[in-house]
This record gives sequence, structure tokens and C-alpha cells, in this order.
Amino acid sequence: MVSAPAVSAAQVWAWLAEVEDPEIPVISIVDLGIVRDVRCEDEAAGGECVVTITPTYSGCPATHVIARSVVDALERRGVPGVRIETRIAPAWTTDWMSEDGRRKLREYGIAPPVGLAATQIIPVRDIGRGPARFAAHAAPVPEGLACPRCGSPKVQLTSPFGSTPCKALYRCLGCLEPFDHFKCH
Amino acid sequence: MLDDQFEFLLRLGDNALVLSQRLCEWVGKGPALEEDMALANTALDLLGQARLWLTLAGEVEGAGRGEDRLAHGRDAHEFRNLLIVERPNGSYADTLVRQYLFDEWHHRVLDALKRSSDGRVAAIAEKAAKEVAYHLRRSADLVVRLGDGSAESARRMQAALDELWMYTGEMFAADGVDEVMEAHGVCASVASLREEWLADVGATLAEARLAMPAPDAWMQKGGKQGRHTEHMGYLLAEMQFLQRAYPGQQW
Repeated sequence: MVSAPAVSAAQVWAWLAEVEDPEIPVISIVDLGIVRDVRCEDEAAGGECVVTITPTYSGCPATHVIARSVVDALERRGVPGVRIETRIAPAWTTDWMSEDGRRKLREYGIAPPVGLAATQIIPVRDIGRGPARFAAHAAPVPEGLACPRCGSPKVQLTSPFGSTPCKALYRCLGCLEPFDHFKCH
Repeated sequence: MLDDQFEFLLRLGDNALVLSQRLCEWVGKGPALEEDMALANTALDLLGQARLWLTLAGEVEGAGRGEDRLAHGRDAHEFRNLLIVERPNGSYADTLVRQYLFDEWHHRVLDALKRSSDGRVAAIAEKAAKEVAYHLRRSADLVVRLGDGSAESARRMQAALDELWMYTGEMFAADGVDEVMEAHGVCASVASLREEWLADVGATLAEARLAMPAPDAWMQKGGKQGRHTEHMGYLLAEMQFLQRAYPGQQW
């Protein structure tokens, strides 16, 4: 008899796609790109399932809750053993966020990241420098950022930090509503 | 080599941990809501980075000490942070100038560490550098806005700069630990970062209309070797209270 995993990796991915991010409960941890790998052992070897996750920001307090949620979600469905591995390299980036995730964020009222983080790397010497640096009130509005409510591209930064490390606060100059922006990172 | 690497990692972890603790003292009483959030978020990033560095330091040491034991079980003379990060918060100008001078250095160090021969060091640096780039963007901008702001804000910023300047020399003063790490390709020479740091800090201060103190002024030193200011004990007394009173307590 050929030994097979107690549960398939594809099935585990599908279950994890239902695990919500604890800070932004409309988006799953798979949409966010937090789950990096799923490996399922053969039943004969114990059938353990190893889920590799990556923290978003180094200090994100949700990381601990996410690890707990993954274990709960899989144990609840009868996976015999769940182990969480944390991997920090390559560093998490919003480039890994799914299109579906971006849409869900927008519908929830959070403007999703725009553009690719990889193309927005600023050379060390230019960070915060250059003409934009000294006119902070006018900058920095990422190109393509729009109000998640009315869609107006006329928006203004009110605070570079928001309610979680991954967000900044903006205000729409069209409908005048404030909104969160999930920063490109 | 392992002893040196342990020391080297403690320095990185302790800088982040102690500055994080200082910034946390502002939470709930920042001068504006946006600033309160910025300080709390910056502190959180630094705390996360401290955990990564101290966990790795504990692994390298191989004596069974994890991040918590290292953070809460060492006394002042066993901490290896730069003196600048333990300076009291003072006025908001003192806090901001301290942050800016540190950010300009911190980001450069992390950028160099991305090319470390030690893959574990490079991985943490890669992650931390993205966060610190954001810190620097904010702190540099505020230095300019407040330096070139009102007469009162300019006066306070200049006073903070004149006071904190003597704590910047230590950032670039290599000792035996740095030399061993450099020889093994774990880090670049810390002294080599100084010229660029001076040029960039000088550019920001010029834009802020603040007078840059003399680069060859007398400098404080000792934090990297565990000789701290009188403020360190008070900071640790608050930070470590719970683990000292209830050893091994967990949430």
C-alpha cells in the first residue's frame, strides 16, 4: 500500500484561506501572503502538517494570534499534528497580497497598497531626501492611491502611522472622509 | 569568535530594545494623536527587531538564554546599547533629535548588514531596514519642520542637538568586537559609515537651519562595553519590574 499524507496540502491551503487576519477580519492570512508554505507528512510518519508563516512587520502583535489561529483551524478539522515554523527571509512584502485581498480591503474601506514595493526601494542616501522630503504636507501620496469610498485620487496624508504598523491615515479631498491606507511595504 | 558575535548581536538588540522602551514612555501623552501613534508604532517595530536580534544572540551563546531572559534578566552593566538611546525623553525636541540621529545611523548599519556573511544576520537586517527607512523618513522630515519652524521650536531643537551630539561619536568608534566581526565579514566597518552619516545629517540640519556641532567635538563612550549613564538603572527598573518580581511569569 502506498503511504499518503493524512490530509493534502491543497486542502490545508483551502482551510487556511478561511483564517482571518485578526486585525483586518475581512482578509485572510493567505490573501495577505503570510502563509509561505504547507507541508504534510505521510500518514505513516505521523501525518504532521507543517505550516510556514512570515511576520508582516517585525513587531506586529498579530503574529502570535495568527499562529494560534492556524493551529486551531487545522486541529478543529482533525489534522493529527500541526507545527508552525516562522521564516523571516525573504522579508514579507505587500507584493504578496492577492488581487482578491486587495479588492476585499477596498470594499472594507481600507485603500490597498498601490504599485510594487520592489520597484519603490529608495537608495539609502535618498531616504527622506530630495525635493519631496522638505514639503511633507504635499507629499507623500503614492501614485495611484484613491479614496476607497468615492474613488477620488485627490487624497492627503494626515498621519504616516495609523492603528496598526501596516497602515497610514489619509483624508479624501473629494468626499472629505478619512480612511486607512495599507502601506506598500 | 562566538563570544564576539554574541556581543555584537547584543548591541543590535539592546539598541532597539532600550530605544523602544524610551519611546513607549510617550504612549498616551504624545503632543498630538498622530505623534502618539508614530512613536508607538516606531517602538513596536524596534521591539520586534530586538526580539529577533536577542533570540539569535541567545542561540549563538548556546547557554539556554532566550529573548526574555536576555531582555529581563540582565543588569545595566550587561547591556550593550549606545548611550544615546538611554538618554531620557526630555522635551519633544530631545526625543525627535535623538530619534533622527539614531535613525540616520541605524538605517546605514542595517543596509550594510544586508550583505553580512551570516545569513541569519542578513535576513533580520533585510526585514528591519524596510521598517527603519520609514522611521527615518518621518524623523528627518520633523527635524526640518521644527528646526525651520517657530523661534521657540528652533531654539529647542538646537539645544537638543547641542546636548545629544556628544553621544554620536560612539556609533562609529570600533572596538575589538567590531574588528572581529568585520574580519569575518559579518558586518562592514562601522567607522566607514561616518563620512556618509556626517554628510547626510549635515544636509538635513542645513535644510532645518540648525547649526551642526563640530564633528571632532569631544564624545562620550562606553555604552557598547556596558558602561552606562545613571539613567539606565531607572529604565531597567521599570522595564524589568514584572520579571524581577515574578521570575519566569508568562502571559
